[in-house]
Amino acid sequence: MLNWLDHLFPNVMARLPEFFDSFVQTLIMVGVAGIISFFFACGFAVALILTQPHGLTPNAVVFNVLDKIINTFRSIPFIILAAALVPITRAIVGTAIGTQGAIFPLIIGITPFFTRQIQSALAGVDAGFIEAAEAMGMGTVEIVFRIYLREAIPSIIRVSVITLVSLVGLTAIVGIVGGGGLGDFAIRYGYQRYMLDATYSTIIVLVLLIGLIELVGRLLVEVSQH
Amino acid sequence: MPQAITISNLTKTFPGEEGEHIALQSVNLAVEKGDIYGIMGLSGAGKSTLVRCINGLEHYDSGTVTVNAKEVGSLNRGDLRMLRRDIGMIFQSFNLMPSRTVAGNVELAFRNRKDRAARESRVCELLDLVGLADKADSYPNELSGGQKQRVAIARALVNNPSILLSDEATSALDPNTTQSILDLLRNLHDRLGLTIVVITHQMAVIKQICNKVAVIADGSIVEEGKVFDLFVNPQARLTKSFIETTSNLEKISALIEHNSPLIALHPGEILLRMRYVSKQVSQALISIISRQFNIDANIIFGDIDVVDNAPLGGLVVIFKGKASDVREAIEFLKKRDIRIEVLKHAELA
Repeated sequence: MLNWLDHLFPNVMARLPEFFDSFVQTLIMVGVAGIISFFFACGFAVALILTQPHGLTPNAVVFNVLDKIINTFRSIPFIILAAALVPITRAIVGTAIGTQGAIFPLIIGITPFFTRQIQSALAGVDAGFIEAAEAMGMGTVEIVFRIYLREAIPSIIRVSVITLVSLVGLTAIVGIVGGGGLGDFAIRYGYQRYMLDATYSTIIVLVLLIGLIELVGRLLVEVSQH
Repeated sequence: MPQAITISNLTKTFPGEEGEHIALQSVNLAVEKGDIYGIMGLSGAGKSTLVRCINGLEHYDSGTVTVNAKEVGSLNRGDLRMLRRDIGMIFQSFNLMPSRTVAGNVELAFRNRKDRAARESRVCELLDLVGLADKADSYPNELSGGQKQRVAIARALVNNPSILLSDEATSALDPNTTQSILDLLRNLHDRLGLTIVVITHQMAVIKQICNKVAVIADGSIVEEGKVFDLFVNPQARLTKSFIETTSNLEKISALIEHNSPLIALHPGEILLRMRYVSKQVSQALISIISRQFNIDANIIFGDIDVVDNAPLGGLVVIFKGKASDVREAIEFLKKRDIRIEVLKHAELA
């Protein structure tokens, strides 16, 4: 049964364990960077929503500084950012290559985008809900956790799916600057050694992965909406 | 009666593109405990801003707002939160949290979150009170507008507030539902001794549940007083036009203008408008005058409503009888605090 696979993807089948490892590395990078950046993004997004001009605790300094930092990082192409971060990555993680070395630049690369996405999800929470919560005597912290984050859950799931899909793309890019994963596999074999089947099998696996992320996201959105 | 809310010299401006926009200007208002106080105005008149100053959702520039003996503007965040728990608020758009069930919405602001038993029994009690005991586990999207507002009312009452602010709470509802929500508010007022401030642009709402009213235009109060007095003797032009919208007694002028056959008078007839202007218990006046003065009374329009437990409104009638009898009948009515306007005489017989 595996004969036709051997026929279609000879180079990949010959390196199946390595291909599988690369896939696992991609999952680890997407998973770890995704989870960590999710928390940072939520924090920054909440800070932006609270300190914006008509927010619950307006603070022009915090808002503008955060806003400018995010815009700055978003304007740097990721491949250049990843290269620029090498010394910092090395200082913090100890190495700038492999899965471990890739996670830090991935977090820095995706967090600004993720923050904007979650910010827009939070901004979508009806201002009337916030007003009602204030009128009930809720404090700011309570409003953040019990109203903003909770009522935005379906939107947060939706934007997280979009972000994860982007993040899968970024993991392929870190392959170029020494990160592991499927991107690295495709570049080393498919691009540098002209093993086209390595490139195609990587594409197929990534397309399936993204399809799966979107499917799970859709199901979660459905469950979270009433 | 002790004061629940005292507003004096309240002024608020919003910064706008073309200079400052004055939202409220030297507003004075006194709401006593147990009042159902209506604040009536067109959209943009400043009534929503005014009500938001009462629970500190809006800051104000000058003046004072005193609620239950506390000056709202001078409270710190913690004290303001405590005060807000004593002031329930309901909204035109209900503002129920879609991710939570009806019960979840009601208990959202419950003061004592740790005490689960107390919380659950309070939620049951409140849903019972608003007639939605069977909807505890439904989500807001499964409810009708009237049901949503009932849930919002239950939520507003969760901490036993002494004051309820209602911001256009019935404006998004159909007439029947509006009626049932107003009945509920009145009922809660009577049972719980609530003080209610009702913001509305519908004079009918004021007429139905309020005992006092302030009419606001361009950020200033143009007229205020007891609802009955205001309806009987409106002073400001705006108030008069609002009141006309709730009564059909004004239609007669259109009929006169168009020489309607309905009011074509025969010799010896006279067309009059009678209005109730005092809180006397209504009497069988029409029957009395037709018996005593030998007058045939033909009622063209009738619009009598009960406001603050007194009949309000009047009749447009054609009296037919001897001139002297008609004159005496009119005197008789005037003595009983009926305001009479002669709209049209027939040519003398």
